[in-house]
Amino acid sequence: MPQSEKAGERRPSQSKGNRLAGFFSSKSKEQQAASALQTSQLHQTPSPLVPGPSPPLPTISLSAATTGELQSDEAPTTLFEPPSADEARSQERRDAEFGPLLSRSHLYVSAHKGGSLDPPIEDEPPYYYVLTTYLSYLFLIFFGHAKDFFAKRFGAKKNYQTFTASNGFAPLCDDFDSFYIRRLKMRLDDCFARPTTGVPGRYVTLIDRKSENYNRSYKFTGTYTQTLNVSSYNYLGFAQSEGPCADAVEECVRKYGLSFASPRLDSGTSDLVQEVEREVAQFVGKPAAMVFSMGFVTNSGTFPALVSKGCLILSDELNHASIRVGARLSGAVIRSFKHNNMADLEEKLREAISQGQPRTHRPWKKILVAVEGLYSMEGTLVDLPGILALKKKYKFFLYVDEAHSIGALGPRGRGVCDYFGIDPAEVDILMGTLTKSFGANGGYVAAEKHIIDGLRMTNAAMLLGESPTPSVLMQILAALRVITGEMAPGQGEERLQRLAFNSRYLRLGLKRLGFIVYGHDDSPIIPILLYNPGKMSAFSHEMLKRKISVVIVGYPATPLITSRVRLCISAAHNKEDMDRILTACDEIGDILQLKFSTGIAGGQEPLPEGVTADTEKEWRRANGLEGVVKPPRWRLEDVIARGVQDTKEPLR
Amino acid sequence: MDLHEVQSHLHEWLQEAAVAFQKVPGSAVLIRYVRSSYQNDPVRSAIELVLFIFFIRYLLSPSYSTSKQNYVKFTEAEIDELVEEWTPEPLVAAPTAQAEADLEKVPVIVGPTGPKSRLANGKTVTNLASYNFYNFNANEQIKEKAIQTLRVYGVGPCGPPNFYATQDVHMKLEADIASYLGTEGCIIYAHAFSTITSVIPTFCKRGDIIVADRGVNYSIRRGIEVSRSTIKWYNHNDLEDLERVMRKIVQEQAGKKLTRRFIVTEGLFEMTGDMNDLPKLLELKEKYKFRIILDESSSFGVLGRTGRGLTEAQNVDPTQVDMIVGSLAGPLCAGGGFCAGSRAMVEHQRITSTAYTFSAALPAMLAVTASESLNLLQSNPEILQQCRENIRLMRAQLDPRSDWVTCTSAPENPVMILVLKPEVVKARRLSIEDQERLLQECVDEALANGVLITKLKCAPVSNHTSIKDGVWTVTPALKVCVSSGLSKKDVEKAGVTIRHAVTKVMTRKTNNKLNLPAA
Repeated sequence: MPQSEKAGERRPSQSKGNRLAGFFSSKSKEQQAASALQTSQLHQTPSPLVPGPSPPLPTISLSAATTGELQSDEAPTTLFEPPSADEARSQERRDAEFGPLLSRSHLYVSAHKGGSLDPPIEDEPPYYYVLTTYLSYLFLIFFGHAKDFFAKRFGAKKNYQTFTASNGFAPLCDDFDSFYIRRLKMRLDDCFARPTTGVPGRYVTLIDRKSENYNRSYKFTGTYTQTLNVSSYNYLGFAQSEGPCADAVEECVRKYGLSFASPRLDSGTSDLVQEVEREVAQFVGKPAAMVFSMGFVTNSGTFPALVSKGCLILSDELNHASIRVGARLSGAVIRSFKHNNMADLEEKLREAISQGQPRTHRPWKKILVAVEGLYSMEGTLVDLPGILALKKKYKFFLYVDEAHSIGALGPRGRGVCDYFGIDPAEVDILMGTLTKSFGANGGYVAAEKHIIDGLRMTNAAMLLGESPTPSVLMQILAALRVITGEMAPGQGEERLQRLAFNSRYLRLGLKRLGFIVYGHDDSPIIPILLYNPGKMSAFSHEMLKRKISVVIVGYPATPLITSRVRLCISAAHNKEDMDRILTACDEIGDILQLKFSTGIAGGQEPLPEGVTADTEKEWRRANGLEGVVKPPRWRLEDVIARGVQDTKEPLR
Repeated sequence: MDLHEVQSHLHEWLQEAAVAFQKVPGSAVLIRYVRSSYQNDPVRSAIELVLFIFFIRYLLSPSYSTSKQNYVKFTEAEIDELVEEWTPEPLVAAPTAQAEADLEKVPVIVGPTGPKSRLANGKTVTNLASYNFYNFNANEQIKEKAIQTLRVYGVGPCGPPNFYATQDVHMKLEADIASYLGTEGCIIYAHAFSTITSVIPTFCKRGDIIVADRGVNYSIRRGIEVSRSTIKWYNHNDLEDLERVMRKIVQEQAGKKLTRRFIVTEGLFEMTGDMNDLPKLLELKEKYKFRIILDESSSFGVLGRTGRGLTEAQNVDPTQVDMIVGSLAGPLCAGGGFCAGSRAMVEHQRITSTAYTFSAALPAMLAVTASESLNLLQSNPEILQQCRENIRLMRAQLDPRSDWVTCTSAPENPVMILVLKPEVVKARRLSIEDQERLLQECVDEALANGVLITKLKCAPVSNHTSIKDGVWTVTPALKVCVSSGLSKKDVEKAGVTIRHAVTKVMTRKTNNKLNLPAA
């Protein structure tokens, strides 16, 4: 039993009193179970663990009141003390940042099962939806231009100031370039940049606003709405204002102050930043690392330091903007290959190496392949085994951007290498952000020591950019230590397993309800495809009505027709939250006609008794079911009833 | 008999085909066209038919790219062989001995940064290398605010501003800066260094014209490079040269489609420390219809009575400057940067500026810190006075008294850029590398005597061709950052130490010998 299970004392727990009361009369085994349940709640109670042994006793409250006070003495009966109002409030706040785990069975270890990675099957909607989507855009464009035509001639001048030449100055931006923003995005503008306050944890508090002029400006209504947060990149739930990390940060601010107020090579290098760099390197499994105060600049500054004229960057077509900016700054030739398509990558490599540089045919100085670990819009994982097989043959250098995958993937949370069970030494450069899983800010680059030393002297962001602040550094350090188990043992592991469980559970549930969902099974990013542009704002509003905040993404971040809503799952959520999302999606799916999957991408009925995945083929042949794919349209109750059990099997 | 049958069948079939053809809408037009073009000349029709077939063939032929003209065809085996032969250069060249030595000399501070900082070797030194001009880092009031924020917001905002990470503290900071500067709007970026790098390409597109000072800092250069605009350079801080360049552009562009034109320059130059003449700049801008992007990263919180920057120092209406870009990471001891200007300009950036849309928001703690620091500056302008007094004292110790170095910074600039006097460089025939080496020795010598200063760092030169003509070799220099946290005595003592260190290095026998002309 981890130490933490023995440790907690006087920890208030919420609403489990009634369940626990049932265990009260019985002995040993039930006591064990109850203690496991209780202690599992202690895990997410994010406060520093009090050392010192106390026997793992069941926690008992004599009434079914919401909160029971934990007693640690040996007496068989426990006196019930009602929690003070303050305590109840602080517990509620804690739960709003990080939800309590409801059962130990809601955990799962994410790891690749070996072999190369199969690309996820992308389902397609019926033609009706494709057609109406294109029609919608046509309408939008037509009406937009018509409106522009009249507004320019008869409308209010001030709305057009930026787009018209005045006083001899050219317009600040072209009205044609901004057409999309004004005429299409403006219609759903209230779904973006919703202002928030407080911690973006399990729940996020929105500051309500309304618009009286079609989203041109907003007024605050003065009210707040607490919503379930499936929009923040808070994979491991470290967005917390309490707990070991926040305590460490507070202490650090008191000691170090607010800033180092200097670039790294002037006087911005502190013992703290060196320690963080050491620990990050150790965490990702590389000899050396350096940290930056912004994730974007980590990419945009590192590429120019790695490659230059005469080099080739082969970049996945869906790579993040920061990689594209960095690549453009480097002066190297940039070519892209089809998303996660190893055959296309190999073809591009063969052509590049055999043809050499354009026109001169000189051999390339070096070729750098840039990929992301987890793609933030698709939820797909990089086919790392496939790329490494090519790397052996074609001798290119590999740059993996783990912006979303570090912390979120792998049995130990160490990113894609950990997930696939690959030695990090095989990847040349591992880059990642500290914004997402660690609840801090900034990014890192990890590689061999001589590479990092070289980069330190040539990376502009290192020479001239500001160094990370003490508060951010300490958050990174504390989060890292929680994940590795150095701090609050057991908590990090549990966070990782909760994230993996939640992601799989929700993905499976959505597939069974009949939604088209993209991405790999273990990815905590779950995009639900909407297609019609009008459904974007409708989905977002319907979700907001049900107090769930989601992110909608459309063109140009995605291809024109595949507008989607993106759910980002966190370890701070629990199964209740997942069920709440499923219920909401079920209702909205019916209203907006979103349940149109064909079933090829999953969500199938479970196999009958006695048939396993291995014998499925024979069973299908025997029953004449070969090639029959039934569109999944499960009832919500069935989805929830079978969810926990099926999440742990390979998803089908 | 058989032939007859065939003939009649054929006839019938032809009749049917003709009827069917006539039923097709537009067939009459086609027939009329063929008839009228036939004109009893079958050759003419034949040529037309050939042309028509060629046209169809051309339409259906696959498009080919002009870039592949140079393509050499290889067999698979040949490609395999070429792949086998190809050996790439190492990803990062082994660092030079110089670089390694430099890396080792990077000072490591243990504990908080302040006017007196403890180094990793245990020594406590006077820290004249950080932008902590007002020692806000040690301000208990700001710290307390930051901790309160931590207890409400946590550390990271976990997302980009457009997806639920625009927090009320960010909106407050934006309003604070806008009202402090006196502009219509303001937008906060998460990183000061990348702010202007992202602002420039948001507005300057291909075909637009940028006129920039040759001495601008690296962030601006990067921004210009990403924008792909046409770039013209003018000599550092030479407004007459600027006018010449602008006049030329206006002449060249006369009669062409109106394009956006921008002047990009700095308030206080990061690389030389001198100040821009904003009133004159504005006059030129209005005359030639350019917009100004002014980088106040080094002057925001520094110049003017309450630290509002160049606009306050030179009594200019800030709304006349189109975009003011500044840093919150330096003397304000927070983090991030901002761009202030008209509301339309700010709103445009929220959707199209890469560093804003694709990057996580600024941590709430840092936003609150910035708000607090600004508040302090505004309510206690004497903080700035105290710092300026220290600058005066330090300068008195260095610039007129030293025989070897001279200060290129403006008198109000707490960052003193000290370059070797031109006559010294000339007399000793010092190359750039020699100067770098000598100045590094000065830094080491000063540190040995308990004063931490640094050498001016310049970023690697860009390899972009259009930037190349704008490359302006940065003169190697020492950087001395004055802080109001030091007492007068400390400042004077530190100044003396630096002066003596420079003198000692420059009069060292080895240094003298090495560079004397072989006479």
